[in-house]
Amino acid sequence: MRLFALALSLVGTMTLAEEVTTYQLDNGMDVVVIEDHRAPVVVHMLWYKAGSADEPAGVSGIAHFLEHLLFKATENVESGEFQRVVAENGGSDNAFTSYDYTGYFQRVAADRLPLMMQYEADRMNNLVLTEEDIVAERGVILEERNQRTENSPGALAREQMMAAQYQNHGYGVPIIGWMHEMEQLDMQDALAFYDLYYSPNNTILVVAGDVEPDEVLALAEQYYGPIPAEPDLPERVRPQEPPQRAERRLVFEDPRVAQPYVTRTYLAPERDAGAQEDAAALTYLAEILGGSSFTSVLPVALQFDTNTAIYAGAFYSGVSLDDTTFGLTVAPAEGVTLQDAEDAMDATLAQFMEVGIAPDRMEALRTQLRAGEIYARDDVGGLARRYGAALTSGLTVEDVQAWPDVLQAVTAEDVMGVAARVLNRDRAVTAYVVPSREILQ
Amino acid sequence: MIRRLIAALTLSVTAVTAQAQTQINIQEVTSPSGIEAWLVEENSIPFAAIEFVFDGGAVLDAPDKRGATNLMMGLIEEGAGDLTAREFQERREALAASFSFDTFDDSVTVSAVFLSENRDEAIALLREALINPRFDQDAVDRVRSQVLAGIRSDANNPNRIASAALDAAAFGDHPYATPINGTEETVTALTRDDILEAHRNALTTGRVHVGAAGDLSAEELGEIIDALIGDLPETGPELPEDVAFGLDGGITVVPYATPQSVALFGHSGIERDDEDFFAAFILNEILGGNGVESRLYREVREKRGLTYGVSTFLVPKDFTEIYLGSVASSNDRIADAIEVIRDEWAALASEGITQEELDAAKTYLTGAYPLRFDGNAEIAGILVGMQSVDLTPEYVANRNDFIEAVTLDDVNRVAAELLDPDGLHFVVVGEPEGLQ
Repeated sequence: MRLFALALSLVGTMTLAEEVTTYQLDNGMDVVVIEDHRAPVVVHMLWYKAGSADEPAGVSGIAHFLEHLLFKATENVESGEFQRVVAENGGSDNAFTSYDYTGYFQRVAADRLPLMMQYEADRMNNLVLTEEDIVAERGVILEERNQRTENSPGALAREQMMAAQYQNHGYGVPIIGWMHEMEQLDMQDALAFYDLYYSPNNTILVVAGDVEPDEVLALAEQYYGPIPAEPDLPERVRPQEPPQRAERRLVFEDPRVAQPYVTRTYLAPERDAGAQEDAAALTYLAEILGGSSFTSVLPVALQFDTNTAIYAGAFYSGVSLDDTTFGLTVAPAEGVTLQDAEDAMDATLAQFMEVGIAPDRMEALRTQLRAGEIYARDDVGGLARRYGAALTSGLTVEDVQAWPDVLQAVTAEDVMGVAARVLNRDRAVTAYVVPSREILQ
Repeated sequence: MIRRLIAALTLSVTAVTAQAQTQINIQEVTSPSGIEAWLVEENSIPFAAIEFVFDGGAVLDAPDKRGATNLMMGLIEEGAGDLTAREFQERREALAASFSFDTFDDSVTVSAVFLSENRDEAIALLREALINPRFDQDAVDRVRSQVLAGIRSDANNPNRIASAALDAAAFGDHPYATPINGTEETVTALTRDDILEAHRNALTTGRVHVGAAGDLSAEELGEIIDALIGDLPETGPELPEDVAFGLDGGITVVPYATPQSVALFGHSGIERDDEDFFAAFILNEILGGNGVESRLYREVREKRGLTYGVSTFLVPKDFTEIYLGSVASSNDRIADAIEVIRDEWAALASEGITQEELDAAKTYLTGAYPLRFDGNAEIAGILVGMQSVDLTPEYVANRNDFIEAVTLDDVNRVAAELLDPDGLHFVVVGEPEGLQ
């Protein structure tokens, strides 16, 4: 109980860590400014509310392919010029594609911000592709899939899990795309996606660092303001999952698997605007079941109290436009079968549902989450990503700012309630990942 | 599309040198017991980061005890003083502090991040881990089984297979020839006494460098350093001899059933304290670095689409220096990628770079440097890294002058000396077509 007292002495109430100002331009573009004046540096991020789950059927990977192609020429700029200018100014840049968003960012000296906006606004509207671009860059994304997925049995297994989990929703299709469809992606596919989704009324601009909000707004109006909104931007409604009526199980076999493991994902609610409580409770549940190798329920039961596993963990991330997943993984100790490992995992979950959560455990987690907000202030790029990801996943600035308090308000009863609803094998996919089925005999 | 009809933004861009200056104030601190450290005090957020680098590292392992240092560092947070592994971690989590312990060829590192409001408790806890680790047998067995699982995974990971094959062929009986996590045989045979000995050998005050950043005064840092490591032994065992990169040019194929071949390639490199190091550093940026668009990126990826990633890096270690690169391409295209890389290597060695390439690389490198000082843990890491290679605090202010002082002749002379296209050895893991 000494620890309990210590925990309580920490930061009493949540104060908002960051100085945030928001605007919306007349063309519908949202602007978020996060001030951090410790160093003369700025992060400029443009987030499009378009990810792989927004792709039409049959052209999987087009959102990610387009992200690569955005570094090619525009009507005003040579291929590769933007990246070169960023480098010449000592900055770094990159881009990323997820299920729900595509983002581009540069990190540069703060007085370079207008230059970054000039180029980023230009490529929102003026991309000019050639057939050579398509052929060479398609080779690159195919090799990217080789590197990330084809060469990694773990990644292939995750892809199969997602495909089994989502039978109707785009989350069942890999972000990078299925190989056979990637091979066929062409210029028209890319431009169709670009023309529809790369529009100011579909973007969030996040500028974080040594900047004044008024100056950022003036620059945003100057560079992004003239770009007209896309009138035909579709509403973001995707096919949802039907009720799952049967447990789904699969065996993924690949001789390159060195360490067999059992992994399970349950369909789970995500953070919704104005309703983040379930997601907050699931965030605690993941920590309580598997967030710490030393103090969480599954590792303690399977790695310490018994020698069943060499690894046990739980995963949940609430930032997602549509229903997300809650995951568990157990890698059995030598001599323990996957069936025994899974049975032990289920027995541990059943016992957890009976015994519940110790009050000091909840308090320790609240403390860590509060401390996490202090540490987060040291990483302004991380804060920028927090806003960008949330605002492209159906959340608002108010939701982002309320989230630390929503987390603090979670009770043990909330966690047990959401656990009872989510940890249901009829709404889950369970996979055995093995080098060969022979080890299952 | 209507959007395309709007007047194009006029982009009149002139390359301007970045304006950010490296605005940090490094204090040199000597603890009461005489241990030296560097500090950047920054009080706006109530936490601090400390980073310790102990020279030595996995090269201190005896051949039949390979993996001892790595296993020891994996055990250091698994129980200390009167706390079991779980009690120790409950304590740490309640303090919301994070500690990490890593093993490298030439060093082990201890990194700590802790809140100001419970700093004393966090430091007291970390002290127990560093000074009084328990190395309980059940913890040894548990972490050993995790290390063994990692070794088995590495045996199925094309990148790890490639680096293990390259190291084994290049470094003879030097510790660099084998992976730091050891083999199944050596790790299985390690005893608790071996772990205790590795602890005595690896964490010594005579070989330590300390960097700190955040909400901490010089006086407080001195006391913290003494509390944390003042009671460690001062001296460690002899360090190994230097070793030359002992691999001639050629191609070694390691057959492995996977769709994409992974190639690691290299030859000998250049020492960190060589007077030509900055010229070589700029040369590497142009050939295969990550900042500016490199020649290899342009030729292998952008023009031909043969890979997702190709890069090169200078690796000046304490007892050898190598110049390495890596690329991955599907089995039917890796031979083409290797041919392009060889050609680029040869072209640069014989023809050198252009003034434009040099200017672009300098602008990037000098502009990017101040942006590295980004966060307490990053700054602490930079401070300790500088000390490990015997730099002074003034280096932060002078570093860009060293870059600017390099001439075209310097880079092209170093290119001719350093780049050896015939000496380049490729280790290819996969089922490459057209390679022997």
